[in-house]
Amino acid sequence: MFGIPTQALFSQLLLGLINGSFYALLSLGLAVIFGMLNIVNFAHGALYMMGAFVAWFLLGYAGIGYWGALILAPLAVGFVGVVIERTMLQRLAGLDHLYGLLLTFGLALVIQGVFQNQFGSSGMPYAIPPQLTGGQNLGFMFLPNYRAWVVVFSLVVCIATWFMIEKTRLGSYLRAATENPTLVRAFGVNVPLMITLTYGFGVGLAGLAGVLSAPINQVRPLMGADLIIVVFAVVVIGGMGSIMGSVITGFALGVIEGLTKVFYPEASNTVIFVIMAIVLLIKPAGLFGRAA
Amino acid sequence: MSAEPLLAVRNLQAWYGESHVLHGVDFDVRPGEVVTLLGRNGAGKTTTLKSIMGIVGKRKGSVTFEGRETVGLTSDKIARQGIALCPEERGIFSSLDVKENLLLPPQVKPGGLSVEQIFDLFPNLKERLASQGTKLSGGEQQMLAIGRILRTGARLLLLDEPTEGLAPVIIQQIGRTIARLKTEGFTVLLVEQNFRFASTVADRYYVMEHGKVIDAFANSELAANMDKLHDYLGV
Repeated sequence: MFGIPTQALFSQLLLGLINGSFYALLSLGLAVIFGMLNIVNFAHGALYMMGAFVAWFLLGYAGIGYWGALILAPLAVGFVGVVIERTMLQRLAGLDHLYGLLLTFGLALVIQGVFQNQFGSSGMPYAIPPQLTGGQNLGFMFLPNYRAWVVVFSLVVCIATWFMIEKTRLGSYLRAATENPTLVRAFGVNVPLMITLTYGFGVGLAGLAGVLSAPINQVRPLMGADLIIVVFAVVVIGGMGSIMGSVITGFALGVIEGLTKVFYPEASNTVIFVIMAIVLLIKPAGLFGRAA
Repeated sequence: MSAEPLLAVRNLQAWYGESHVLHGVDFDVRPGEVVTLLGRNGAGKTTTLKSIMGIVGKRKGSVTFEGRETVGLTSDKIARQGIALCPEERGIFSSLDVKENLLLPPQVKPGGLSVEQIFDLFPNLKERLASQGTKLSGGEQQMLAIGRILRTGARLLLLDEPTEGLAPVIIQQIGRTIARLKTEGFTVLLVEQNFRFASTVADRYYVMEHGKVIDAFANSELAANMDKLHDYLGV
């Protein structure tokens, strides 16, 4: 097709879907947090990195493998999030966005600095779980099992999160509290607790993405710092606070980035930012965002 | 009328930031009564309801409900004692459909109305369950705002200007609803500008001015107090 070997096209498409999975999981967490706390969580990348490190610690020090880490690491990162919210973010309630942004940005630098000091900058390998090694020969391309798993699992987690927020009773509390926390609390709902758990859940998603990424990208202190800039561009394109928007935009931009690598490799690092600039010019609230 | 008050407000003071809005409000609401707070705009009626609910910046004094002090509790704890607010701006959530809005307030006590009983009071709601909450007409939104707090089991309902901006036929429907709630044993504290409406449902009135209660009378004394009332309300 267009003089491009099918093999190259599909393997870049797959790579795009993989990156899209991470964009979607991370921007979904950011959207959930922004909706409820009105905080732009710059610590998200550092907590994603922490998820990968927890998986690595669990394997090295406790002999707990990938499947255990897939459950325990998000819980551990979520717990760190709960502590951050209770001890720091809660004090910023009612202040300008900028304070939350600065605080979480500072936190990201501190967390990354500590890990870098301890583990250096180079990556540490994390093996693909034995059940997911190897791959399928689809005829037109080779599909590694682990990568297929990442795409499918991320999609399932994103859809489950969307379902929980848009279709369940708990979700109706979340949406209502996003609109009018005072009134929801006056109905007898413990809104501060809900806010804390929402932050824990959002960063737990980042921790989960970290575990998923460990066998693909290695475990590095700066793995989140590199990714988070792109993820913020994704969030801006999708529109802050839109759940489905962040998921769709995450996957779509991963694919667009992958295709750019095939058709015009020089632009592959900038295409997302070009799209961001265009979206900001035409629809400043983002593709799925509601104008304030 | 010697029953212990369900709600006793004593020397209630409230602030929004620096501005001191309530300057020592005193009144009682007895079980099963419909009590109306009257007064001009800015007299502190809405703030009194918000202070009872615990959603003003700062409050002092005493508000006891069923004999228990509630000043010092957060609003979610106050709600769980069995008090529910229908706010002046109605507070319908636009990201929730009508059904979700109706089912949103959690049950705080046993004995609330069933959803079927609420549809019986407000048949319009039943036909609009899947609509976005804020797509309803003003009257339907008011019915939804009242309906959703009847499910919770709260025995004291704080209704802030439920007739504001509504057509006469809907005002009548809301009047019948309040009368019916009274027969079902609910206690209602109503804030109203429209005292012609209030006179169709209220047992007693308190008149507020400058963040204080300045007068009180029963519905039977309404005619005798009409001149005074016109003075107070400037109508």
